[in-house]
Amino acid sequence: MLQQLFFLFVVRPLVLVVLGLNIRHRERIPTKGPAIVVSNHNSHLDTLVLMTLLPWSLLKLTRPVAAQDYFFRNNLLKWFALTIMRIVPLERHIADRSQDPLAGCSEALKHEEILILFPEGSRGDPEQLGTFKTGIAHLVKRHPDVPITPIYLHGLGKALPRGEGLLVPFFCDVFVGEPLLWTGDKAGFMTVLETAIKALAEEGHLPAWE
Amino acid sequence: MFSHLHASVLYGLGGILGVLVVASTTVIMLKRRHPEKSYVELSQRINSWWIMVGIFSAAILLSRTVSIAFFAFVSFLALKEYFSLIPTRRADRRVLFWAYLAIPFQYYWVHLEWYGMFIIFIPVYLFLLLPMRMVIIGETKEFLRAAGMLHWGLMTMVFSLSHAAFFLALSEDKNPAGGGAGLVLFLIFLTQFNDVAQYIWGKLTGRHKIIPLVSPNKTWEGFLGGLATTTALAALLAPHLTPLTVPESLLAGLLIGCSGFIGDVTISALKRDIGVKDSGSLLPGHGGILDRIDSLTFTAPLLFHFIYYLHY
Repeated sequence: MLQQLFFLFVVRPLVLVVLGLNIRHRERIPTKGPAIVVSNHNSHLDTLVLMTLLPWSLLKLTRPVAAQDYFFRNNLLKWFALTIMRIVPLERHIADRSQDPLAGCSEALKHEEILILFPEGSRGDPEQLGTFKTGIAHLVKRHPDVPITPIYLHGLGKALPRGEGLLVPFFCDVFVGEPLLWTGDKAGFMTVLETAIKALAEEGHLPAWE
Repeated sequence: MFSHLHASVLYGLGGILGVLVVASTTVIMLKRRHPEKSYVELSQRINSWWIMVGIFSAAILLSRTVSIAFFAFVSFLALKEYFSLIPTRRADRRVLFWAYLAIPFQYYWVHLEWYGMFIIFIPVYLFLLLPMRMVIIGETKEFLRAAGMLHWGLMTMVFSLSHAAFFLALSEDKNPAGGGAGLVLFLIFLTQFNDVAQYIWGKLTGRHKIIPLVSPNKTWEGFLGGLATTTALAALLAPHLTPLTVPESLLAGLLIGCSGFIGDVTISALKRDIGVKDSGSLLPGHGGILDRIDSLTFTAPLLFHFIYYLHY
């Protein structure tokens, strides 16, 4: 309920009016769970845009995977992350090898939920594509039937880059790719995924931002 | 109801509604007669027109303040589209924020009917203020290019467009036929009509390219046909919506036809320079907001000053 209100009155006006989306291949957006949405990551706005992109009826099934160490820093942020954003917390630095860091993600997929995952691991430099972490491959290997939709986002790193508190409106370009499936080996899958996202990045006009 | 509007404005809005009904009916008939052809783009285009006319009419009908806010919002969309298309410098992020901030101020001057501030705020104050802000940040690489692009955007998307709204701030007594809203309707309708008329004349009779390096589809036949139609319509509408005399209204029609064309190809040149076909995807069938208001960025200030000089 709180999540719905927040998305209706804060997130949707912010994403659709203050920013605005130019969506390429809207028809490729997943319409049911389980599914994984994978995108490049430059801004806190990325998650909000991806959650707005999915059909409204799927909002309650959408689970962004987010760093536990970052979002559990204080109680207010933790409450927001769990109640409003409904994140699947991910422990980035595992000390104990017996723990399964992907258990939460697996659980969510079993409940037919839609995961939002940023394989770059952090927001990195604005509007630069970093290297992908291989955690996603381990997850997909366990769920070979779950489709992975690659998405490339452009513009949000200009609107609200890491380390900036002031939002400056820019249109956000969203390039949605064809869904991918597990290819059988980790390295091969990572190559397919990175190639798919880089190909999407080359589809559009992306003005320089130096 | 609608006591702030003259009857002629309501008839005008009704007339536009009629044109849209005719357009939609024509497309339905075309689809029936030629089921093998695709009319997707034409249908999208007309559907977008319905939405644009709906929002514009609602703004005009609701109140003068809502109408001014409507133009402020169009300026915001246009400036945002422009900033998203052009290469910007990372260092200028906060400067762009100041540029956006100019929009509420500029339209607030309109609301206050403060002509003196309205006419110098962007060309003088922001022209000087924004480079100052850039100098404080201190990035000198590509400084001139960035300052020039920023100011061109503000002048085109905010200063020029706000002239359409300033018609609403002019004295109602001087235009007993249509008031401020009458002038807005005259400007917007003729500018958009001229676009469509030039397009249709070009499609039907166009042979001689007028400016092939910038816009290869534009022809002399389209330009002149549209110009003549717009001028005739201007003479027909002016007595009901504006204080213009017959010779003045003919000149106003020529002004809208010519400057609308120049505005259109100017934005085409910008898109060609950047390397995009459409400025965005906000309006299905049209492209982005800049694809729709390109002509208006030229007709709004020119028609405004033409009428302001003659009658106010």
